[in-house]
Amino acid sequence: MSDEAATTGKPLLTPFNVIAGIIVVLGLIVTVLRFTVGLDAVTNLSDYNPWGIWIGFDLLVGVALAAGGYVTSAAVYLFGMKKYHSAVRPAILTGFLGYTLVVIALHYDVGRPWRLPYPFIMQRGTTSLLFEVAACVALYLTVLFIEFSPAAMEWLGLKRARKLVVRLTILLTIFGVVLSTLHQSSLGALFLIAPAKLHPLWYSPYLPVYFFVSSIIAGLSMVIFESTLSHRYFADKMDAAHLKEKDTVALGFGKAASLVLAGYFIIKVIGVSEGNNWHLLSTNYGLWFLVELLGFVALPCFLYAVGVRDKNIKLIKWTAAWTVLGLVVNRLNISLVAFNWHLPASERYFPHWMEIVITVFLVTLGVLAFRFIVTRMPILYSHPDYEDH
Amino acid sequence: MSITRRKFLSWLGAATAGTTLGNTANAASNKHFSGYPNSMGVLFDNTRCIGCRKCEEGCNTVNELPAPERPFDDLSVLNTRRRTDAKTYTIVNRYDAVSNVKIKGPLYRKVQCNHCLEPACASACFVRAFSKTKKGAVIYDASVCVGCRYCMIACPFEIPTYEYDSAFEPRVMKCTMCSPRIEKGLLPGCVEVCPTEALTYGKRTNLLQVARARISKFPDRYVNHIYGENEMGGTSWLYLSAVPYKEVGMREDLGVTPAPKLTAGALSGVPIVVGIWPVLLTGIYAMSKRKEKIANTETKLAVAAAVEQANTEAKANLKSEIEAVNKMKQKEIDNAVKKALEEAAKPKEEEDSDAQPEKAEKKPSEEGS
Repeated sequence: MSDEAATTGKPLLTPFNVIAGIIVVLGLIVTVLRFTVGLDAVTNLSDYNPWGIWIGFDLLVGVALAAGGYVTSAAVYLFGMKKYHSAVRPAILTGFLGYTLVVIALHYDVGRPWRLPYPFIMQRGTTSLLFEVAACVALYLTVLFIEFSPAAMEWLGLKRARKLVVRLTILLTIFGVVLSTLHQSSLGALFLIAPAKLHPLWYSPYLPVYFFVSSIIAGLSMVIFESTLSHRYFADKMDAAHLKEKDTVALGFGKAASLVLAGYFIIKVIGVSEGNNWHLLSTNYGLWFLVELLGFVALPCFLYAVGVRDKNIKLIKWTAAWTVLGLVVNRLNISLVAFNWHLPASERYFPHWMEIVITVFLVTLGVLAFRFIVTRMPILYSHPDYEDH
Repeated sequence: MSITRRKFLSWLGAATAGTTLGNTANAASNKHFSGYPNSMGVLFDNTRCIGCRKCEEGCNTVNELPAPERPFDDLSVLNTRRRTDAKTYTIVNRYDAVSNVKIKGPLYRKVQCNHCLEPACASACFVRAFSKTKKGAVIYDASVCVGCRYCMIACPFEIPTYEYDSAFEPRVMKCTMCSPRIEKGLLPGCVEVCPTEALTYGKRTNLLQVARARISKFPDRYVNHIYGENEMGGTSWLYLSAVPYKEVGMREDLGVTPAPKLTAGALSGVPIVVGIWPVLLTGIYAMSKRKEKIANTETKLAVAAAVEQANTEAKANLKSEIEAVNKMKQKEIDNAVKKALEEAAKPKEEEDSDAQPEKAEKKPSEEGS
């Protein structure tokens, strides 16, 4: 922090720093409680509700919102859309931090976090979708680390190592897309085993497809959203290329998001049709499902399209934020709202305030890490000593 | 100690780990696993249960579980709906309103692990902490458990519980069908103490026959449905009831699909993605690279052509300009010559009369130089 203040020349006691500081202190206290007293002391988890917001938000939402990394790098390096090059590094960084936080959050959630490598080193439970998730997340975090490393190496001046890693770009990108396809979809497939617990409107054999396709939407929207925030707070760190390409990225990604949302809307409707669940739409759960489907899928699809047609960057940015919120709603619906819908209200889950503290704490850590890195490393600008890759 | 289905599904996940073993892929075949031969089970007949909670006590004793808050002979706990928890492997609930007129008084339901033939928990566990023994019990190995609690999500009967209050050694807790006891030839704790033979322990195949016999002997007393025969692909625990099962809190909407089948499709997508994506993406990369190359070459060619055209045009322009200049010069010369000649002609004409020709011949040569 003091280092930060020294480098940027800004005062240390900004409102942001104060709030972040309070959250971090609270988070550390709850962390100590969690690891010394147990899950019971800080969560509302129960035998009926074994998964709370640390899975529903931190894992499911976290992984989906970190999808910008593979979406952007695939677009630029594999599909040859060079005009979005300036979006790659911020997206990779967001992805890397996102996955790091997911893994940290898992340490809070599982009962014996020091055993997290057990599925790989002790016994492999390969019939479990969770095994697939674990393997892919572990591998993909490594891939993201390597993909991110050139920025750190440029900062540290490790020219030879950087050159070596840059040569791997295409291989890493392909690997990243394969791993992302697998675990983004597997997160949805986790719930395939519980048709008796998940509301039929959300349960579908297409869950893996829904999760994968919506991760693309989340990734695209997150890149726009993150670029909006970066431009607002770190504009001084951006070079001419980033400032120039900013609107190009918003228009291009907005267009892509609109198209993918349209496809997503169609397969969601096909899902309702496949389960013949039309009659459930008039129930309370059905209305909530329609809010999700119309309000958070159809509406942003339309708004993105209008924004792109009118070149209305402001509308695209707001739509991106709305779409990100929609993704959050969808993941929480599947993991918490529509899960265990058959149970009486007294047995349903609502997060303990300390669970929320940990989630906010982790998000804050992510934001702080993002700030630390973009104010030091060549993320929002190209390092003058190195050619783009 | 593991199940066939899990074995034959394992190749799918093995692809994720990057190791392809030579297992035969039977997931899509018509092979059906109907339990280990001679595996054991328990039949619970709710028309015989009196709600004495002796089974709860027996379970507590043989499994050395912590003592309950209220003693086992306190039947007032039956007034509330309970579930199994980390300190209780089995509980009995009372259901007062029953639709069968043949039954006087309430009905009871005993809750414990149903020991599925193809357990959801075992299929869901990513560290294989659960296994189905040949005797029929689904047992749990706390020494490898990470504590992800996916088994609790997966179990359709909501049986596994968790020691949330333990910071360092939390375990999943559930009925073991008294596996250590049945391996020794003893009865499960609950069955042994049941005073009314509401619980019958035996080979599952025999229990099914017993159950059918009871139904056919007393068709008014029982609904014609042995719960657990097919539910979720079949369970080692079987139930007979005087009323439809949902009246005693048992779900009738679980279906007959074994849990591993529910995820087999998604798992079979793994090798497809791993196989197709890299090829496809490399192809897309190659295409975009090639497009770029062609675009570059085309740009280069176009530039070269444009340069050449400009050059030739410039040359042609230069030539025509030079020609024009030359022409103009020639014209000027011609004009000058003409003029000189004309001027020369004039004095000549005059000379003709004056007779001075040398002067006129000298002038054009001066102009030409």
